[in-house]
Amino acid sequence: MFVDILFWVMAVVAVVMGAAVFVVDSMARATYALALSFVAVGVQVLLLHQDYVGVIVILMMVMEMAVMAVYMVMFMGMNPALMPMSMVHDKRKALAASTALFVTLAAGALLVPWPTRRGTPSADTTRALGEALMSSKMLVMTVVSPVMVATIVAGVVIASKRSRYDRLGDDLRGAPDDPQRGGVGR
Amino acid sequence: MTPDAATSPLTLVPVGWVVLAGAIVLGLAWLAAIVDGVATSRSEASPAGLGRPLREVARLMRQRRRTTVEADTPLWRTGSSGLLVIATLMVIVVPLGSWTVFDPPVGVVWFNAMDVCVWALVWLTGWGPNSAHGLVGGYRFLAQALGYELPLMFALVAPPIAAHSLRVGDVATAQHGLWFVVWMPVAFLVYLIGVLGFSVWGPFSAAVGADVAGGVEAELSGLDRLLFLTGRYALIAAGAAFAVPMFLGGGAGPLLPGWLWVLVKTIVVLTALVLVRRRLPLLRPDLFMEVGWLWLLPAALAQVLIVSVVAAWRG
Repeated sequence: MFVDILFWVMAVVAVVMGAAVFVVDSMARATYALALSFVAVGVQVLLLHQDYVGVIVILMMVMEMAVMAVYMVMFMGMNPALMPMSMVHDKRKALAASTALFVTLAAGALLVPWPTRRGTPSADTTRALGEALMSSKMLVMTVVSPVMVATIVAGVVIASKRSRYDRLGDDLRGAPDDPQRGGVGR
Repeated sequence: MTPDAATSPLTLVPVGWVVLAGAIVLGLAWLAAIVDGVATSRSEASPAGLGRPLREVARLMRQRRRTTVEADTPLWRTGSSGLLVIATLMVIVVPLGSWTVFDPPVGVVWFNAMDVCVWALVWLTGWGPNSAHGLVGGYRFLAQALGYELPLMFALVAPPIAAHSLRVGDVATAQHGLWFVVWMPVAFLVYLIGVLGFSVWGPFSAAVGADVAGGVEAELSGLDRLLFLTGRYALIAAGAAFAVPMFLGGGAGPLLPGWLWVLVKTIVVLTALVLVRRRLPLLRPDLFMEVGWLWLLPAALAQVLIVSVVAAWRG
């Protein structure tokens, strides 16, 4: 009973906070409304006994939104991020598109014939999930992870203004020409 | 969370005991404030000492709240009052001897998720008052957090690998005979650095530095300031308490009962962390970033590698 009530309260919080992202007039509020929405989803996942996934959702989303606050000042030129501003662009089309998508997804969730439970849940759901994801797909996972790391590194390299050649010269032997020295004496 | 308490070595107490956990957090925060107060009084040769925290509490409770123009009050209050809540949520997964209030199978990850919430709260405290000093402090903290968080995460990975479990109670009981601090000293050290980091304490207090007029604390006054300062002490206390089941053998020890050992070890670690403020200089977040990524992270990874090899070899 308590779990049911908590689940529905979290569902309402998740949806209301998700909507609040587009209603509020400050990027900080929008960011943390989204964070709260995700935390509510994380709690729901916890209530579904997926402990690891639930806690990780909370961890990742709070961290992500905190980093979003860094990007907020980093990438926005004259810093409108610090001023009140509208959180929507192209209101009518966006509203129509998002309403249609929400109705489609919600209708799908309500109308799909959910299967009834077969067997009993595993005692350690984290392990069961890990095995289901990993055991037969280990090759995919081992291939995907280096590709993802390479993508991240490549993205940073492309985005960074000064590479090691700018810092150390063409032969990489010069003294570093940094506006500000790093913390380990490089 | 999951009803499989039978697999845990701990006794799960009713949820009402969370009040006691909160009281212990407050007591430890108080103790930390007294230790710092006595140390400050000694260095200033002032007669105030043990009474310092009490006087400060009385002063702040009577202080009128400062208001700023165009403050984002909900976010500001969330930030300043949240630290204490997060510290309590960290402490409830720490077993007190053989009892625990909350024993999720992924307790270590839970602690990690809670310490990440500090990122949001400290930044919000800096953002809320619409003050330049506060905002600078908030961003200083995020820069510092990007430096300490990854090493901290990998330091937290080492004990669960050795214990084959993410459950805090299992990690504590896996250390009978040999505490993890003995053969994972690097992880322990990196963990303590992380605790100082998320507590905005000592070498990691640039976000509340005097050079930015107090940074995220600049506009805090009255009860808000009291909650924020208590929250900082409570975070150091929570970090010290979590070190006990992770690295210091949990309630293991001669003569005294387990719960008392947990408290004794927590207080020792807490005192050391509080006093370190007078021994180490402030680390600038921009410089610490490289230290974190080029020294601490590889050191923590090497520690995890060694622990993994030992754990695999033991089977």
